[in-house]
Amino acid sequence: MAWPLIKLLPAKTNFRFVAFSKIAAIISVVAVIGSMALTLIPFEGPCGGLNCGVDFKGGTVLEMNLGGKSVDLGKLRGALTGDEGLHDVQVQGVGENNTAAMIRFETPEGGNPAQKVEEIKTHLSGQFEGAQYTRTEVVGPKVSGELLTGGVVALFMAIGLMMVYIWFRFEWQFGLGAAIGLLHDVILTFGLFALFDDLEFTLTAVAAILTIIGYSMNDTVVVFDRLRENLRKYKKLPLGEVIDLSINETLSRTIITGVTAIMALLGLAILGGEALYSFSVALMFGIIIGTYSSIYVAAPVILIWGVNRNDADAEIVDMGGFKGKR
Amino acid sequence: MMEFSRWKIWMVIIATVFGILYSLPNFLPQTMREAMGRYYLPSQVLNLGLDLQGGSYLLLEVDTDALAREKTANLTEDVRSTLRQKSINFSGLAATSEAVNVRITDAAQFETALTELQRLPQPLPKNPSIRDINVVRGDNQTISLKFTTDGRRADAASAVDTSIEIVRRRVDSLGTKEPTILRQGANRIVVQAPGESDPEQLKRVIGQTAKLTFQMVDETISPADAQAGRVPPGSELLVSENPGEPYLVVKKRVLVSGDNLTSASVGTDQYNRPAIDFRFDGQGARKFGDATAQNIGKRFAIILDGKIVSAPTIQSAITGGSGQITGTFSTQEASELVNVLKGGALPAPLKVEEQKTVGAELGADSVAKGQFSTLIAFISVVIFMILAYGFLFGGISVAALLVNLTLLVAGMSVTQATLTLPGIAGLILTLAMAVDANVLIYERMRDEAAAGRSVIGALDAGFSRAIETILDANITTLGAALIMFAFGAGPVRGFAWTLSLGVITSVFSAVFVTQILLVWWYRTARPKKLPI
Repeated sequence: MAWPLIKLLPAKTNFRFVAFSKIAAIISVVAVIGSMALTLIPFEGPCGGLNCGVDFKGGTVLEMNLGGKSVDLGKLRGALTGDEGLHDVQVQGVGENNTAAMIRFETPEGGNPAQKVEEIKTHLSGQFEGAQYTRTEVVGPKVSGELLTGGVVALFMAIGLMMVYIWFRFEWQFGLGAAIGLLHDVILTFGLFALFDDLEFTLTAVAAILTIIGYSMNDTVVVFDRLRENLRKYKKLPLGEVIDLSINETLSRTIITGVTAIMALLGLAILGGEALYSFSVALMFGIIIGTYSSIYVAAPVILIWGVNRNDADAEIVDMGGFKGKR
Repeated sequence: MMEFSRWKIWMVIIATVFGILYSLPNFLPQTMREAMGRYYLPSQVLNLGLDLQGGSYLLLEVDTDALAREKTANLTEDVRSTLRQKSINFSGLAATSEAVNVRITDAAQFETALTELQRLPQPLPKNPSIRDINVVRGDNQTISLKFTTDGRRADAASAVDTSIEIVRRRVDSLGTKEPTILRQGANRIVVQAPGESDPEQLKRVIGQTAKLTFQMVDETISPADAQAGRVPPGSELLVSENPGEPYLVVKKRVLVSGDNLTSASVGTDQYNRPAIDFRFDGQGARKFGDATAQNIGKRFAIILDGKIVSAPTIQSAITGGSGQITGTFSTQEASELVNVLKGGALPAPLKVEEQKTVGAELGADSVAKGQFSTLIAFISVVIFMILAYGFLFGGISVAALLVNLTLLVAGMSVTQATLTLPGIAGLILTLAMAVDANVLIYERMRDEAAAGRSVIGALDAGFSRAIETILDANITTLGAALIMFAFGAGPVRGFAWTLSLGVITSVFSAVFVTQILLVWWYRTARPKKLPI
């Protein structure tokens, strides 16, 4: 048994990543189109196929418990139907034996949702003895619209900023590759949220996507950095092989960091409770997708456009690191 | 890498000591923290967000449209009374959303009317060269008084300022602990009240405009006629809280308003029901005294937020400047109303745009889960790093991770940045990202060693080449975090701040702590072979 375990990872691997890039491209394109369809269809409301939270849709969420006793969901539903001031009422049990209930509803336009929620609380307290309200969220339509716009603007700003940064640090082909890779990750994450209805799309989900952008970028930069270095080092090697070499050289780091991040987040998804579940699942998904996109989206884009190998600023590579002292 | 100056070691030592000092209060009981505070030692702890601490968040919007409507109504009345006072005949006095228009019947009086009306505009308090209204001569002997954009804007801005002040006074009167009241954007106010506060009461107390006025009842017309639409100009039909007479017609002219109140308290009326005793200031007392002296035997109305609370008949001139409002109050309503009246009236109604309330129990539950998940994440990262890189190199990365966590907690405590539930997730992700810097350095060293370099050569080249990648990679994460901070709201901002601080502390600890420990190891052990 090798100790430490890192010795099990071969120092040099020779996977032919580029050879699979055509198949990967087809898979990616299909996945991106599928995700877009899932996210946008049906073409209605501000959220399409996403299960938007009150942050973006507006409305009210109320969490009620009876001090440990289980809540009769049928009776709760009955108590809420027939009120003309409410629509889209949803009642959902929380915890084993429904020790708490989550109530969502919307109030008609022009109404006063903040006042309505107090009326509902009074009404429910009359029917359920000892009712306590652990969480109340009311978001007016004005605010929810602004939050949605702000969230979308933030996503595009992030991608744009990354592209410009990479363009300055590397070359424009790298920037383009990185930006396409990021778009791919963002769209697939949207697809994930649209596919699973119990993943609620909230402000926190936008934070998760922005974090995925950060992580995916991090991963891409590591590959690009090595690619740039190898392009200077091996001037005669075909571009495809240099890309393969660079991915292989950074592969052990990619695996170790990815595993560490997923391990840390796995605990959060299992133990962090309902509030952080969507967030950590999205992050784990994003880490896997981000790793994939660095290899199969960002790098092949460079292969398509090619790079200028005889750049004037291509310097002589310093092969010696030992400075000779001590 | 191998040569580094002493200042680096000192920097790391000093940073670590400060990190420990500033993160320590979080792990000490309250009493010890207070003792530390007395000796000028750091005593600040992490500032938990409402989702972790429990409490209420309210986003209020000042209704500037209502403000503009009120201003238009007031101007219309001013025009009417100005022209009447000078016995100028006019017709077609009407208001649009931008202006008040009036037609002077007699051409000979037109110039006088124009001069008189030109006295109405007021200079803006912050820019006296601009006035709030422009008086314009129109066709066919009309005069139009147009509101200026600057005037509207100044009105709205001052209304928001006044509202914030009044909301603060009202929240304080509730005895809420450590409330935060901030302005957001042009016309919004955020109120945050941590802990066990009653959101309903908070909303009720903040939401009440509390505009109190005393106006004469117009007895020339019966409420029934008025309801049929025959309200004389200068009067209005209002809802009354007295079930015996649901509507009353009152004159629009305000005798005295709540602005002239100096005190208010809960008292009892002659039937021993809760009532509100009040006292006017000198000006208010004089105005009220004059008005009551002229109108003995007539009725006046006490109006609160557009509803008539009571409409007593004036028995004799009330010159003492104090009085009592009776009505159908409960004791709680009366005492809340007293507090609100003392704090002053809001210049415009406030609308609740967003409300979030989290019970303290739910918050505590989230904190417990967050702590536990962070601990589990930390332990699994430590185990994984030691398994992967052995006790030495794995241990070095764990040491760097510990320094990183300490600095992060200290940084969050010092800046008093809000730690939210997603912020805890950011903290956990930072653990992984901090390890990434170590992984980049170690993997690069392995590459260099595999390429046939000596131990010191591999250490040196691996380190200096990895640094460039680490900086590039982390600057991009920092960029994403800054965008989140700029565009995000509430919980997202907390997350962004945690992530940004985490990036900075992790680069610091990975670069400096790892470097120092590696060099120290090399100098003491003089290894012949890299152990990874």
